[in-house]
Amino acid sequence: MSGPDRKSADPPAAAAAAEGRIRLLRLLRQGIVFLILLALVGLFASQSDRFLDARNLSNILEQNAALVVVAVAVALTMITGGIDLSVGSVAAFAGALSAGLVVQLGWPPGLALPAALAVAAGMGAVNGVLVVRGGLPPFVATLAMLGIARGLTLLYTGGRPIGIARVEAYTFLGRGEVVLPGLGVAVATPVLIAALVVLLASLLLRYSRVGLQAYALGGSEETARLAGVPVQRIKVLAYASSGLLAGVAGLLLTARLYSAQPQVAVGLELEAIAAAVLGGVSLFGGIGTAWSAALGGLLIGVLGNGMNLLQIASYQQQMIQGAVLVAAVALDQLLRRQRTRVGN
Amino acid sequence: MDEASAPDAPLLSLRGLEKSFPGVRALRAVDFEVRAGEIMALVGENGAGKSTLMKILNGVDRPDAGSLRWRGREGFPASPAEAQAAGISMIHQELALVPDLDVGRNLFLGREPRWGPGLVDRRRLYREAQEELDQLGLAVDARATVRDYPLAQQQMIEVAKALSLRARLLVMDEPTSSLTGREVEVLFERMRSLRSRGIALVFISHRMEEIFAIADRITIMRDGAVVSVDPAANLDADEVIRRMVGREVGDPGEGGGWPAVAADAEPLLEVEGLGRGRAFRDISFRLQPGEILGVSGLVGAGRTELAEALFGVRPAEVGRLRVQGREQRIRHPGDALRAGIALVPEDRKGQGLFLGMSVGANTVMAVLSRFLAAGLFLRHGRLRRVAEQFVERLRVRTPSVRQEVRNLSGGNQQKVVIAKWLALEPKVLILDEPTRGIDVGAKAEIYRLMRSLAAEGMGILMISSELPEILGVSTRILVLHEGRLAGSFLPAETDSDELMRAATGTRAVAAGEGAAG
Repeated sequence: MSGPDRKSADPPAAAAAAEGRIRLLRLLRQGIVFLILLALVGLFASQSDRFLDARNLSNILEQNAALVVVAVAVALTMITGGIDLSVGSVAAFAGALSAGLVVQLGWPPGLALPAALAVAAGMGAVNGVLVVRGGLPPFVATLAMLGIARGLTLLYTGGRPIGIARVEAYTFLGRGEVVLPGLGVAVATPVLIAALVVLLASLLLRYSRVGLQAYALGGSEETARLAGVPVQRIKVLAYASSGLLAGVAGLLLTARLYSAQPQVAVGLELEAIAAAVLGGVSLFGGIGTAWSAALGGLLIGVLGNGMNLLQIASYQQQMIQGAVLVAAVALDQLLRRQRTRVGN
Repeated sequence: MDEASAPDAPLLSLRGLEKSFPGVRALRAVDFEVRAGEIMALVGENGAGKSTLMKILNGVDRPDAGSLRWRGREGFPASPAEAQAAGISMIHQELALVPDLDVGRNLFLGREPRWGPGLVDRRRLYREAQEELDQLGLAVDARATVRDYPLAQQQMIEVAKALSLRARLLVMDEPTSSLTGREVEVLFERMRSLRSRGIALVFISHRMEEIFAIADRITIMRDGAVVSVDPAANLDADEVIRRMVGREVGDPGEGGGWPAVAADAEPLLEVEGLGRGRAFRDISFRLQPGEILGVSGLVGAGRTELAEALFGVRPAEVGRLRVQGREQRIRHPGDALRAGIALVPEDRKGQGLFLGMSVGANTVMAVLSRFLAAGLFLRHGRLRRVAEQFVERLRVRTPSVRQEVRNLSGGNQQKVVIAKWLALEPKVLILDEPTRGIDVGAKAEIYRLMRSLAAEGMGILMISSELPEILGVSTRILVLHEGRLAGSFLPAETDSDELMRAATGTRAVAAGEGAAG
C-alpha cells in the first residue's frame, strides 16, 4: 500500500529512476506487438529467400493498407470502451457509392470520393447516436449497422461489381506512387494514406484534448462524467471517425480491385479487432494506441504473406492465426501484471 | 434435527477473534455467541467491526486468530457455500435475489431438484418452493417473478430461501432499512415465529426502537472489540448509545485553531427546502467561506444522496440553491462545476479516478480546456508543470506524475482526486467519506489539507460516518436522520452521544435547530 512513500529519501534521483522505469514498461507494453512482428519477419526471412525481397515487402504493405486503416478505426471506438462491428460493411458501401457516383452519375472523382467518405462518417455517427441516445450497447448498434450497410451495398450495386478500371483517380489511389519531396523515395499511394491515418490518429489520441478524454471515458465512464467530460459528444465523435476511416479503407479496397465489389471486406471487422487486440488495445476500454493497432494489422499481413510463401494451406493458416492471437494476448497480460508489481 | 446439546448451550460461539487489515485492527479479542431460539442484536457504529465479524461467520474472511464452535463442532467455514451447508445463512442489506427469475427458481438456485441428468424437476421445484413459502405464511406465488413483489416481500423470500437451506442461524443485516413501518411489523412477527421454532437470529440494526422491540440480548461493539453483552431488558437506548460511542473521543486533528469564519461574509452556498423522493426532504442550510460543515448520520440517512443532488449526479426535485447569492439550477455535474461546486465521491476508485491513467492526467482532467493550443492539441509541457505543482502542494507521494494512479496508496489516491477539483478552483468542495480506507497518517494530512483550503476561503461540506472525524474537523455539524435534518450542532457544544441520538432519532430535536446557520 505504501510503496511509493518509501522512496522519498532521495527525491530527484529516485524520481528520475522511477520515471525511466515507468516509461520503459509502457514502451515495452505497447511494443510487444513490434517484437512479435520482428520475430515473425526473422522467421520468414530464414525460411524463404523471397520474403525479404523489396517487392514482396512493399506488396505486404499495399495489401494491408486497408486493414491497417480499419484497425485504427476500431481501436478508436475500443479505447472509449465500445466496439465497431460495422467497419467492413461501411467500407463496402463507401466504395460502391463512390464508384456509382463516378461511373453511373458522372460525378468528378474529386467530388464523389469525399461525398462517399462523408456518408461513411455519417453512418458511423448514426452508430454513435444509437449508442448515446438510444442506449443500445455498442455491440448491438454496430451489429445492426453491419447488416444495414451491407444490405444497402447490395441494393445499390444490384449485387454486381461496378468497374472503375479507367478512372485515373482510382488507379492513383490503388496502384499509384508518390515521390516524397526531399527524400526522393517513391511510396505506394495506399501505403502513404495508411501511414498518414496512423500518424494523425496517434497524434490526436496522444496530444489532443478529445484524445485524452477518450482514454478517460474508456477507463471509467462514471469518473469522466463526474469530471465534466462531454461523454456523449466524444462517443459520437469516436464512432463517426471510425465510420470515416472505414470509408477510407473502402476506397482503398475499391481502387486496388479496379472495381467496387458488393461482397468486399466481409469479415474485415473481425480481422481489424484482432489487429487492435494484438496491438494491445483493451476490449474494456481506456488502453491502447493507434500505432500499435496498426502494427497489429501489419502483423496479420506479414503472417499471411509468410505462410503463403511457405505454402501452408489456408485451413492451417487460420488455425495458426488464432494461435498467434492467443499467444500475443497472453504475453501482454503477463507483462501487464509485471507492470503493477514494479509500480509498487 | 440432530442437536442433543443442553438447552442453554450456545448454538454458535466465537472466541478470541483477531483480524487485521493493512493499517486497521478490525477485530480484537472478540467473543460472540448466539443460542438456539434467541434473537441477538448486534450494534455498533459504522466501522465498529460488525461486518468483519459477520464475514468471518459467513466464510468470506478468515480471522488471524480465534476459534469458532458451531453446534458442537470446531472450525471456521472456508466459504459462504460451506457456511450455508452447515446451516448459517446471511440476509444482506442489498437483496441477493435474481429479480427476473421466478421465486421458485430463486429459492433453489444452483441446487434445483434433478429429473434425470441435466434436467430440472420443475414440478417438484415449484411444489417444494411453495411449501417453503406457505410455511412462512407468505402470500407469494412460487411461479411469479421476484421483481413483481414489493421489497418487504422480497426480503421474506430471502428468508424462505435461507430456511429452505435448513438454516439454523440467520444473520439479518439491517433488514428493515428499506421497509415501511407496517412491513417491519410483519417482518418482526415472522422473526418471532422463527425464534419459537428454535432458530437463532442475529439482527444488525441502528434503529434503537426496533432493537428493543425484537431483541432478547444485545451485543455492543466499538472499535473492533465487544463492549458488552446484556439482556435487552437490562438496557435502554441511551445506555446502548453511550456504550457504542464510548467516552473517549479520538482527536483526528490537533483540535482548536479553526479557520476564522467571518460571520457577516456572504454565504457561499445556500440551500432551501431541498428534496428528492424518499431519499431526503426539507434540507436547508448555509455554508460560509472558511467553514467545514460536517454532515453526520447513519448509513442510508440520505447524506450521499444529498451530496449527489448538490453536484447534479441525481438532481434534487424540489428546493432552491444559491451559490454566492446567485440562484443556480443544478441538473448535471457540468452545471455544478460551472457554479463552483465540486464533489470528491465516496467511491474513489469507481467515480473519482482513472485508475489506469497517470497522476498527471488525473489531476488535469477537469481543466483540459485551459491547455488548448489551436483549439485541439494540448500543451503537454504546461499540463505537466501544473500537475507537478499540485503533486507538490498536496504532497502526493508518487515517484513521478507519469505514475499510474492504480499504484498509489489510498491516501495518495484521495489527494489526486482532490487535486483534480482544486485545479478547477471550486468555491464549494463536497467530500463524501474523505478518509475511508485511508491509513492514520494520511488521514491527518487530508484533514490538514481541508483546513488550509477552508482558511483560503473555500467552503467545505464533509460527509462522514466517523464521529471523531466529524467532531474533530468540522466547524459546524448537521445530522441527518431518515432523509431529514435532525439537528445542527457546534462541535464545542456537543458530543458523540448527542450526535448519535440525533442520528438514530432517539431524541426529538427542537424543530427550529434544523435550519440554523
